[in-house]
Amino acid sequence: MQENKQMITIKGTRDGLTLFIDDSCSFEEAFIELNEKLTENLSKKDEPTVYVTVKLGNRYLTTDQAEKLRGLIGRGNRFSVQSFESNVIPKDKALSWMEDSEVKPINRIIRSGQVLEVTGDLLLIGDVNPGGKVVSTGNIYIMGSMRGIAHAGVNGDRNAVIAASYMKPSQLRIADYISRAPDYESDGVYMECGLIDEEQDKIIIDRLQVLSHKRKDLNGFERRMNNG
Amino acid sequence: MGEAIVITSGKGGVGKTTTTANIGTALALMEKKVCLIDTDIGLRNLDVVMGLENRIIYDIVDVIEGRCKLKQALIKDKRFEYLSLLPAAQTSDKAASTVDSMKKIITELKQEFDYIIIDCPAGIEQGFQNAVAGADKAIVVTTPEKSSVRDADRIIGLLENKEMEPPRLIINRIRNHMMKNGDMLDIDEIVHILSIDLIGIVLDDDEVIKASNNGEPIALHPNTKVSIAYRNIARRILGETVPLQSLEDEKGMFQKVKKFFGIRS
Repeated sequence: MQENKQMITIKGTRDGLTLFIDDSCSFEEAFIELNEKLTENLSKKDEPTVYVTVKLGNRYLTTDQAEKLRGLIGRGNRFSVQSFESNVIPKDKALSWMEDSEVKPINRIIRSGQVLEVTGDLLLIGDVNPGGKVVSTGNIYIMGSMRGIAHAGVNGDRNAVIAASYMKPSQLRIADYISRAPDYESDGVYMECGLIDEEQDKIIIDRLQVLSHKRKDLNGFERRMNNG
Repeated sequence: MGEAIVITSGKGGVGKTTTTANIGTALALMEKKVCLIDTDIGLRNLDVVMGLENRIIYDIVDVIEGRCKLKQALIKDKRFEYLSLLPAAQTSDKAASTVDSMKKIITELKQEFDYIIIDCPAGIEQGFQNAVAGADKAIVVTTPEKSSVRDADRIIGLLENKEMEPPRLIINRIRNHMMKNGDMLDIDEIVHILSIDLIGIVLDDDEVIKASNNGEPIALHPNTKVSIAYRNIARRILGETVPLQSLEDEKGMFQKVKKFFGIRS
C-alpha cells in the first residue's frame, strides 16, 4: 500500500506550486522522496524562481526539519519556500494562544498604588480607583468605575479596546497611544469605551454600541487564532 | 483577650492622633479597659493630646530594648483608671522598633486590656508596617479632600494584603457648608470610591483644636457634636448599631414634622 501511494504530491496554482507532503510517513522517507523528485525534474537554469507553499497535513515540523526542507527545496535557486502550512501546533503554543485570547475575570478593587497585569483580556468586576492601574495584552472590560489608568494591548495590539460601566479615567493607553483626562473638572460617562480612531490617529471615547461595527473581531475566540 | 485596632490614614494631618485619643477616651468612659499606643517614634504627639506628657518616664523603645518592663512604661490616665498610654520615644531613632517587637508588646497588652488602640505614623514605610503588625482590625481616617482620600485608598490596598478584617472608615473634618455647596467631596462619594464600611463621621470644629491644646480629649465634654460623634464611633466598635449623626444644625419642631412627612424644606 505504502509503496504505491505517493508521499509527495505537487500541484501548480496561480501563485506558484503547492507541495503536499503525506503525513503518514516518516520525515526521513518524505525527505528522500522529495529529494528524488526534485533531482528528476531538474530544468533549465534561467527559469525564474517559483514560490512553493508546503502543506504538511497533520505533521508537525521542528525548526530543524523546516530548515532542512527549506534548504532542499531552495537548492539551485529554482524554488523558494513561501510558507509551511500545518494543521497542528505544539501544545505550549496553543496554550499561549489560548491565554492571549482568554478573558480573565478578576473580582477586586484596584486601589491607588496597585497595578494589575494580565495576559489576554481582562474582565474586572470592581473599580479602578484614582492612582490604580490595570494592564493587559488584550482588551480591558471593567464592570465598575474606571477612575485610574488602563493600558490595553500592551504588547502593541492597536485594536484593543477599554470598556467600562463608568468611565472617568485619568489616562487611557492603548498599545503605544496615550490620552489623558482634560485639565478641567469633568463628569464621567456611563457605558462607554476607549479605542484608537485611525482617522484622527488618537484614542477616542465613544458609546459601547460603536464597538459592534468598529471592532467586529471582538466576538469569539477564533479571531486571534486566525491572526496567528 | 483584648482586641487591637490600628488607626491609620496614610496622609499626615488628617486627625489620626486626635481620633486615637478620643476613641480611646470614649471607650474608657464606657468602662472598657483601654491602652493607647503611640507608634510614631521620633515625633510623638499622643501624650500631648492626652495631657500626659509630663508623666513619661519610659517609652516604647525602652520596652523594646529591654531597659524597662512593659508595665513600667504604661502611663495611667490622670482622669480615669480604665485608660493607659504607651508613649512613643521622642529621641531614639526609628530603626529601634521592629514588626516582631510590636507584635510581642501587643500580645502582652491584649491579656490585660479590652481594647488596644494604636496610633499609626503618617506614611507607608516601616513605621506603618510596625504599627499595623500586631493589629486585628484597622480604622482608616480620611478627610473630604481628594489627596487624603487618595492616600486612604492606598492604605486600604496595603491593609488588604494583611491578615485582618477589612478596615473601617472615619471621615473627619467635615465642613457641612462646603459639602453642601459641592466644594468638598461628599460622604457618599468617598464611601463609594473607598468601598469600605463607614464607622463614623466627625465634623470640623474649633473646639477639637482647643481641647487638644489643653490636653483634654474632646470626647470628655459631652456637649459638642464632635464628642457625640466619637462616642458613637466607640459604641459602634462595641458592636452597637448607632445611626449616623445628621450634619444639619438642630431644626425646629416644624421642620422635623415636615421631614417626617417627607416634604423637602
